[in-house]
Amino acid sequence: MRNSFFSKKLVAVIFLIAGFVSAQNHEGEEVETGAHDLKTQIKEYIDHHLLDSHDFNLYSYTTDEGEHKYIGFPLPVILWDNGLKVFSSSQFEHGENVAEVNGNYYTLYHNKIYKTDAEGTINFGGHHAEEIHEEDAFGENLVVDDAHPTNEKPLDFSITKNVVFIMAVALLMFLVFRSMAKRYQKSTMPRGLGRFLEPLVLFVRDEIAVPNIGEHKHKKYMSYLLTVFFFVWVINLLGLTPLGVNVTNNIAVTFALAMITYLITTFTGNKNYWKHIFWMPGVPVPMKIILAPIELLGTLIKPFSLMIRLYANITAGHIVLMSIIGLMFIFKNWIGSPLSFLLAFALSLLELLVAALQAYIFTMLSALYFGMAVEEDHH
Amino acid sequence: MEKLIEQFSLGLFFWQLLLFVALLFLLRKYAWKPILGAVEKREEGIKDALDAAEAAKKEMQNVTADSEKLLREARLERDALLKEAREIKDSIVSEAKEQAQVEGDKMIKKAQATIESEKKAAVADIKAQVANLSIEIAEKVIKEELSSKGKQQKLVEDMLGDIKLN
Repeated sequence: MRNSFFSKKLVAVIFLIAGFVSAQNHEGEEVETGAHDLKTQIKEYIDHHLLDSHDFNLYSYTTDEGEHKYIGFPLPVILWDNGLKVFSSSQFEHGENVAEVNGNYYTLYHNKIYKTDAEGTINFGGHHAEEIHEEDAFGENLVVDDAHPTNEKPLDFSITKNVVFIMAVALLMFLVFRSMAKRYQKSTMPRGLGRFLEPLVLFVRDEIAVPNIGEHKHKKYMSYLLTVFFFVWVINLLGLTPLGVNVTNNIAVTFALAMITYLITTFTGNKNYWKHIFWMPGVPVPMKIILAPIELLGTLIKPFSLMIRLYANITAGHIVLMSIIGLMFIFKNWIGSPLSFLLAFALSLLELLVAALQAYIFTMLSALYFGMAVEEDHH
Repeated sequence: MEKLIEQFSLGLFFWQLLLFVALLFLLRKYAWKPILGAVEKREEGIKDALDAAEAAKKEMQNVTADSEKLLREARLERDALLKEAREIKDSIVSEAKEQAQVEGDKMIKKAQATIESEKKAAVADIKAQVANLSIEIAEKVIKEELSSKGKQQKLVEDMLGDIKLN
């Protein structure tokens, strides 16, 4: 009885807070121009949020004078444009300024760096120009349409927000697992965090690696499977935290991971594996000839599916979550805002599950492919 | 798809690959190998301990079986010993009985022989005494008889009458 009373009270408080927050926002946004613009703005914000960024923004706001204030810190920009160019991203002033390095000018547009003239002119292919002009009136460089600038793009190896986050996660993982490994030197019983992590390590070994690869051959793949499992999981989870960065919604990141799986599969594949690709045993010769290119393509499709699955799941989750949060600003009433708050809350819980599930699926399928690569001939 | 390719950042790909591979090798050396090694060592330890316990149990069973066997043998031996002792006792008793019988018989025979000889001696003695007594009586009678002439005559006549010439 007491519990249910308490939870009812809690829900009431949450509703109140949500309503209050939305009410606060109404006041702040009265200067905005109508619901249509708001929708576009939310969509832009979501698109922007999902993109990588050259500086680490914690949050930004607009002052009463209409000036954008950014709270965060700049990150190093590393370009390869006839030689290495390194400078701080603060030179861009969040895309509002042109950075000048050794007589070359670079402009940040749509979170990508383009080589420009001193005025930072971005050239577009003809008809896009009008639309861009309209966007500029907002005082932001956020563009909805897919206008392709024709400016030269230098090779960008910048330490972006995502790279910083990957570094942080890598460092965190290294420190945690290193300290866990050190504890084992004293006694073979896990202690501290190891009590939580050891069952997970054993789960990867006993439920993922051993059933898919086999008792004898799983050992050489364990390092990769464990690393990828914990990396994806931790980075997904931290991507859900308010100040965390969503890294796995970048196709480049999932591509890198899937490529490693592909390379390991290809380079550890035994004779039997290649025989099943190029000369499938047990089928007539014409079928063998038809199957060979399909199987060969299959080896590429498998890691490709890994890449898309992880990318799409995480991206979709974040888009839906942010859209639901965005509903709060569109409804602008006492029913819609708490509703959107509750939906967002429920979806966040689902996302926690998805974070772990995607890590599991990625590791599981990688193990499955490794298992295929080292499977012995049973015929 | 076009958007995906548009979004693809070579720089991020490069850093992800570099950092992930570095993390992979660092963790392999400093974390996974020691952790998995320790876990395997522990699992082997547990397995060994279980095996040892099983072996000890078996040995215990063997020892119990052995001791039971020993006990059974000892019991059998005891039974055999008791039986033998009983037999020895029986034989000793029966031998003693036999010997006693023989001895008794011997004594009885001896006694009988002694009695016989004593009897004979006594009879002989009685005979001698009777003979002497008879002679003394006869002497007295004859003295009496022969005190007168008539009587001596008569006697001679009687005796001559008795002695018939055969």
